[in-house]
Parts: sequence; C-alpha cells; structure tokens
Amino acid sequence: MSMKIAQFVLILMVSPFLFGVINRTKAFFAGRKGAPLFQLYYDIVKLLHKSAVYSKSTTWIFIAGPMVSLSAVIVASLIIPFAGWPSIISFDGDIILFFYLLGLARFFTCLAALDAGSSFEGMGASREVQFAVFAEPALFVSLAALARLTGKSSLTDIFGSPQIHPWVSYGPLLCLALGALFIVFLAENSRIPVDDPNTHLELTMIHEAMVLDHGGVDFAYILYGAAIKFWILGSLLTGIIFKESSYGWGVDTIIFILLMVLLSVIVGVVESALARLRLLKVPHFLIVALSLSLVAFIISLR
Amino acid sequence: MYFLLYFLGILVISGLFAVCLGRSSKAANVIGALGTVTACSLGLMSFFPIGNSGSSILNIPWSIPFGSFSLSLDALGSVFLAPILILCALSALYGFEYLKHYYGRKNIGSAWFFYNILVASMITVVLARNAMLFLLAWELMSVSSFFLVLFEGEKKEVARAGLIYLIATHIGTLFLLVMFILLGQESGSFDFAAWKTVPSGFTPSIIFLCAVIGFGTKAGFMPMHIWLPEAHPAAPSHVSAVMSGVMIKTGIYGIIRMLTFLGVPLAWWGYLLIAIGITSGALGVLFALAQHDLKRLLAYHSIENIGIIALGIGLGILGMSLNNPVLAVIGFTGGLLHVINHAFFKGLLFLGAGAVLHETGTREIDVLGGLLKKMPITGFCFLVGSAAICGIPPLNGFISEFLIYFASFKGILASLPVTIMSLGIIASLALIGSLAVACFTKAFGIIFLGEARSAHCDKAREPKILMRGPMLVLAVICVFIGLMAPFVVRIFKKAVFDITQTPINAIDTVVAGVVSPLSYIVIAALLVYFIFLFLFIVRRGLLRKREIRRVVTWDCGYARPQARMQYTASSFVQPIVDFFKNTLRTHKSGHKINEYFPKDFSYQTKTPDLFGETIFKPALDIIHRLVEKLTFIQHGQLKIYILYILATLIALFIWKF
Repeated sequence: MSMKIAQFVLILMVSPFLFGVINRTKAFFAGRKGAPLFQLYYDIVKLLHKSAVYSKSTTWIFIAGPMVSLSAVIVASLIIPFAGWPSIISFDGDIILFFYLLGLARFFTCLAALDAGSSFEGMGASREVQFAVFAEPALFVSLAALARLTGKSSLTDIFGSPQIHPWVSYGPLLCLALGALFIVFLAENSRIPVDDPNTHLELTMIHEAMVLDHGGVDFAYILYGAAIKFWILGSLLTGIIFKESSYGWGVDTIIFILLMVLLSVIVGVVESALARLRLLKVPHFLIVALSLSLVAFIISLR
Repeated sequence: MYFLLYFLGILVISGLFAVCLGRSSKAANVIGALGTVTACSLGLMSFFPIGNSGSSILNIPWSIPFGSFSLSLDALGSVFLAPILILCALSALYGFEYLKHYYGRKNIGSAWFFYNILVASMITVVLARNAMLFLLAWELMSVSSFFLVLFEGEKKEVARAGLIYLIATHIGTLFLLVMFILLGQESGSFDFAAWKTVPSGFTPSIIFLCAVIGFGTKAGFMPMHIWLPEAHPAAPSHVSAVMSGVMIKTGIYGIIRMLTFLGVPLAWWGYLLIAIGITSGALGVLFALAQHDLKRLLAYHSIENIGIIALGIGLGILGMSLNNPVLAVIGFTGGLLHVINHAFFKGLLFLGAGAVLHETGTREIDVLGGLLKKMPITGFCFLVGSAAICGIPPLNGFISEFLIYFASFKGILASLPVTIMSLGIIASLALIGSLAVACFTKAFGIIFLGEARSAHCDKAREPKILMRGPMLVLAVICVFIGLMAPFVVRIFKKAVFDITQTPINAIDTVVAGVVSPLSYIVIAALLVYFIFLFLFIVRRGLLRKREIRRVVTWDCGYARPQARMQYTASSFVQPIVDFFKNTLRTHKSGHKINEYFPKDFSYQTKTPDLFGETIFKPALDIIHRLVEKLTFIQHGQLKIYILYILATLIALFIWKF
C-alpha cells in the first residue's frame, strides 16, 4: 500500500514536469533557449498567490468547474497503473469509470466555459464536446480490443497481463491500438494537430478558449488538472510499451518516468513538425483513430 | 392485496370528485392532487412489506367474456410499480402548483380526472394477470394520457400531437391484440397463470415480434417512436414527467412480462433488441441535439434512454438463449435499473423544464439564459438531472450504464456473434454518452448560464415550494441511488430470477461479481466529493484576505459585451449537426447577407423527424389516397351508420349459425 501511495504522490508531483519537457523540445526545434523545465510549477505557484477577478455573468458553476475537473482527474489517476504496478483503485470494469471520470471533468469544464457568457468560451466548449463525440468511441473500442486480447477488463490487469508483453506475438494489434490511443491522446490533451495550447485565437479556439475567463487560483487548478490528465492518458500509451524489469520497484519507476518524458519529447516533436489541422478536418483525424481501433479489434477476434 | 383495490378506488373517486367540481378550479385542484398523493403514498407504505414477502394474488371472476379481475404483485411488477407510485405522487404535488396558472381558463377538474385515471390504469397494467383486464387498463392508460396531452388542445400543434399519439398508440394495441390471441390460443384462457406451456413452432417468435412492435410503440423504440416527440412536449409538464418517466416504461414491462411466457428465447430476439437499442439510442440523442425546444429535446432523450434499456434487455436475452448467466443477469439488472433511474432523472428534468416554462412562458432554448441566478434551486436540480442522464459518475445514470458496459466487456470474450454485438454496444454507448454530454451542456449551459437572451427571463424567479420540493426529492434520489449502488443491484435478484429462471445461487454469484466493482465506484465517487471539498477549502483559504473583483466578461478588450454576443444553442451544436447532416436533414432557412450594413437578418433551423418525413408521411399519404375511394359509404348520417352496425351484427349471427 505504501508503494501505491508513493506512486500516487509521484504522479501528482511529476506530471507538471512533462509540460516543461514538451516546451523545451519545441524550443529546441525553433532554435530558442526555451522556458525552464519547471516553468509550470512556477506558474501554478504564482497563480495560487493571485487575487480573483470574476465576470458579473458567472455563477458558482464557474468556480466549481475547475475544482470538479481537478478532483475528477485526480481520482482517475488513482485508477491508472504506474510502472506496471497495480493501481490504488483497481476492479473489474474500472476502464469505464476511468473514462467517465474524464467525462465528468469535461462536462464541468464546458459548463464553466458557458457560464462566462462569451462567444469565445461558447465556441471552445462547442468544439470540445464535438471532438469528444469522435474520440470516446475510439477510446472505448481500442480498450475493448485490449480487453478482448487479454481477457480482462481492468486497466491494471490489462497492462499487467502476459499477452501484452511478448510484443512479437500481438505486435500488429498493439501497434494499431497504440496508434489509435495516440491520436486520441493528442486530441484530449488539446495538442497539435487538433488544438494549439499556445494560442487562444479564434482559429484554435478549443481548450484555451474555454478557460479564457479563469484566473488566479481557479486557473492554477485548471493547469494542474491538464498536467495530470496528460499524465494519465499518456500512461495508457506507455503502459502498453512498458515492460517490468527484474530490478524492482525503484528501477521500474525510473524507467517509466523516462518513458513518459520520451512521450513528451515525441509530442514536442509532433508539435514542431506538424501544422494544426483545419477544424473541419479534426473529426476525420479522430475517425482515423476509430478505424485503427476497429481494425485492432478485428485482429483480436482470431 | 385488497388494499391495492382501495388505492385504485381512492384514485378513481378523487378523480370523479374533481371532475364534478370542475367549475371551482381551486377545489378540484385540491381534491385531484390530494387523491393521487394519498393513494400513492399509502400504496408505497404498504408496498414494502409485500415487495419482500413475494407475490400475492387477487382473483375475482368477472362477467366480461374471457376476462377475470385477476391482480398480482410480484418482484418484476414491483420494479415498475415503485417508480410509478413515487413519480406520480411527486408530479401530482408539482401539478397542484403548476395548474394554478390555468385557473379559470381551463377545466382543472377534468385534468385531474384524467391524471388520476392515468395513474390508476398504469398501476393496473403492472398488476393485471389477465389479458382482457390488461388490455382494458392499457387502453384506459392510452386514452387518459391522450386527453391529458390535449390539455391545451385549442392550439393547433397540440391537437395534431394528440391525434398522432392516438393513432400510434392504437396501432400498437392492434399488435397486442394479435399477440394475446396467439398466447391464449394454446390454453384457451386469457389468464396469465394459464399460460404455462410454451407455444411451439414459429408462434413464440411471432408473439415476440408483436410484443416488440406493440409494446415498442408505447416505449418509443425507433422507428415506432414517432408520437413521442410530438406528444410529450404538448402535455402539461407534470404529465410529461409521468408519461416520459413511467408511462412509456409500461411498454418495457410488457415486453419483459411476455418473455416470461415464451420459454427460452431465441438468440435473434436479443440481436433484434440490441439493434433497436443502438438505433434508438444513437438516433434519439442525435435528434435531441438538434432540437431547440426544451421539452422536445427531453422527449428525444427518452427515446435514447429507452434504447439503452433495450440494450440491457437484449444482452439479457442473448445471455438466456446462449446460457451465459453473466450476460443474462447483468444485462437484465442493468436494463431494469435504468428503467428506475430514467424514471427519476427524466421526471426531474421534465419538472425542471416545466418550472422554466412556467416562469418564462417559453420552451425555446435560444431565448433563455442566465436563469441559474434567478432560479438557483431549479437550476441545481436540473444540473443533477442533466449529469445523471449523461451517465456522469457519482450519479445513478452511471450505475446502470456501467452494468450494461460491464456485461458487454464480458460479452466480448464470448462467441463471435456475441462479441460483435457487445462491441456494438460498447461503441454505441460511448457515442451516446458523449452526444448526451454535448446535448446537456447545451441545454443546461444555454438556459441557466451566461446572460439572459431575451425579456422572457426578466420576471423569472424560483417557483413555489410545491414545485421545488418534488424536484429536490428527485435530485436526492438520483444522488442516493448512485451512492447506494452496491445495495441497489441486489434488489433486482428476484425479478431477474423470475425472468431468466437462472438458478438463484448462480444469480447470487454473478451479482456478487458486480457488487465489489460497484463498491469501488462508490469509494471513487466519495473521493471525488472529498477532493472537491479539499480544493474548495484551499481556494477559500487562499482567497480569504484577497480582493475579489467582479467585472464584465473578457471579450478581447471589448468593453461592452452583450447578451446577443453569446453562443446560442444552435451555434453550440452546429458542428455536430452539420457533421451528421445526412441523417438529421436539418432544414435551414434565411437569406444571404449581401449588403455591408445588413438591417434585418433571420436564420432558422428546424430538424423534423427522420422517420416521420421519410417513412410515415409517404406511407400515410398512400393510405389516405386509398381510403379516399371509400368515402362513398361515409354519408355523415347517423341512421346509416347504425344500419351498418346492425347489418354487421346480423351477418355475424348468420355466420355463427
């Protein structure tokens, strides 16, 4: 149990670091020096020290939104296995609860956005719910493929199952599922090519636009929630790749964190190399993920 | 068992009193509401001991041919009876306040008469153990709800809605008639108790198909749902809550009850129900998304939820026919729990919609806004209902959807056809869930958040306690079922046994297998509440000594944001609606802007029903043309019609001799 708690604390502590890695990677490609790796920690601390400004249009939903979203992703992080070790909350069917907790976060983020009564935030929320319509079936189908492959329906069991690890025998299926999950991962974390985390211009108004009116403590919660969400959805990807070493918990943890850092570097590379898709094309991109996951499922049928 | 007769009696008598007092709105209102509330709450009180002690039977011979007044309450019936009693009582309290608005303009007495008859007939439908009695109650239910739909019948669209409902429900009854005759043929009796031997050959399949069409029309299966989006918005809101929350569930009850007479079901029945479930679920929510009328939106959501229930039952049937107890037990448990959950959250949402309509006088989502500030309690209740209907975790809707997901995740490990069906269920539930989130962030966000979009919202304030109270109670029930999930699933064991005939110890094992996941879910839900509380305290501590300013919404430096600059419901869902335009076929009307300073501009979108436009309208047109040829026998003279009746009777007599 103490190890599980240590893992949980590690997730809470390390996840903002990954954003620093992404930004450094992007800076490297742009030929800049880039912000410090711990920039997000500084940002959060600074925001926690600010006073608050609220729009007259808003109600308690606006304040509750970031808190509900952050608590939902924190609880979701209890379900995700860390470095191949069982998660704190693990049960038959925890996949469903995991994704629905993210749904809870989305529901309240969108409501908080609509509460400000601005068309920017409305636009962001509208796009967020639209993309979820295509992303969620892809997520569920790719997880169903993994569940079918391993015969389990809990994240811990799926990632700990022997079917996943000799990659040779199930390589094609795992590659397809990985591809599908990576696309959804980019979309859900509002990264390029779906969304651009650096701007909130009309062209890219999704996640950043939704939180335009938030500031201070509330915005600190939002940033921290985004970092944890990045970690837990990223763990779905690294969980498929990661193989337990025989050197015990400490080494596994370090390897796993390095994998997460590698994932962040990849995201940084993708962001540097790709342009953002036109908004009308985003559903098509997500449907690619759905198709990949369906093919993965078909392979699992044999 | 006799006590139930007393309660039916209270309902009928108070209804009669109310209609006699019709001239005095106030007295009629009191008597009518009081009748339902008393009968339902007494019924609930005496219901719990019976619910536990198994079934009890009341059998009185009856003079109607093939009929007997035979009533019985068993575990399956209780699952449906409990929400009927609770929701009808709460809606009656609400209706008492709601109808005050119509004093002097409407006949309150007859409204209560039909309401109480509707309640009594729904109770009888669930209790009836004789086909004749069942059909009588069924018809009474349809007719009384028809008159309730016609409450504002002077409006053209209401009259049209009523007519569509009346026709649809009778087409449904026609199939039920055939079904009961087929069922009764074997034993020559119309008592349910006599149907012990399962008919042979194709008969069970035909009976099942008749049940799916006949009961499905009432339940709102696509494509027989056509009446639902018309009738539900037209009725007064407390009646919409009852119709959508519990009345359409009698259709589900009927299908399940008939299953118990048909022995081991065939696998394709399950496939059929799953296919219907996927269609109704996905299309229901998609059409809901495109609606701008709040009550019409909710009506389409009923179709979606009936679809989810059909998915559960379909899985259960598959499990029965393939002898897979996990699918059978969890499928039916999920379906039945969703029946109860939907009764509560949809009842809640319709009552909330009614409160909005009552205060603002409009159901158009696009002219509302910012109501949470004026109606905080209604808004909060509506939020709970919205989250529950989307299947958001700590609430009851998630629990039943979880069970269906859970069964499907077990189903993907079974044989190939079941695997594919289960994947279909998983994918469509994910799609339905995310579309529902889109739909209810729209409904709640546009109506209750932001700024008022028109003068309709100016006078809005919190409705009276009798309207708020029922909504609060329903919201509490939604939260409560969510937190009590591990206990709640056990309630269905007996009912599931009655349906599936799985050995009781097998059911125990399967249910035990979901109790522990559900306990974890409850723990996770509590953790969400605790972490929320923690974050709240932290935020409060941090902000305690700091300045909190209130300014206008930030609009890129524009200092005078206006309510009209907000996103509307139509713009919010436009990307999704456009993406599915081939299915939705939304009509858009409005002219193009050509000049630099346009003066008037209007733009309208309307999404008519897909099946209504493409199947029913053309089909009805053909029938209409054919029937027109028969007008020569229709003279409009009463004596000739009587002659027809007489001639038919004589012909029948001669034929019988």
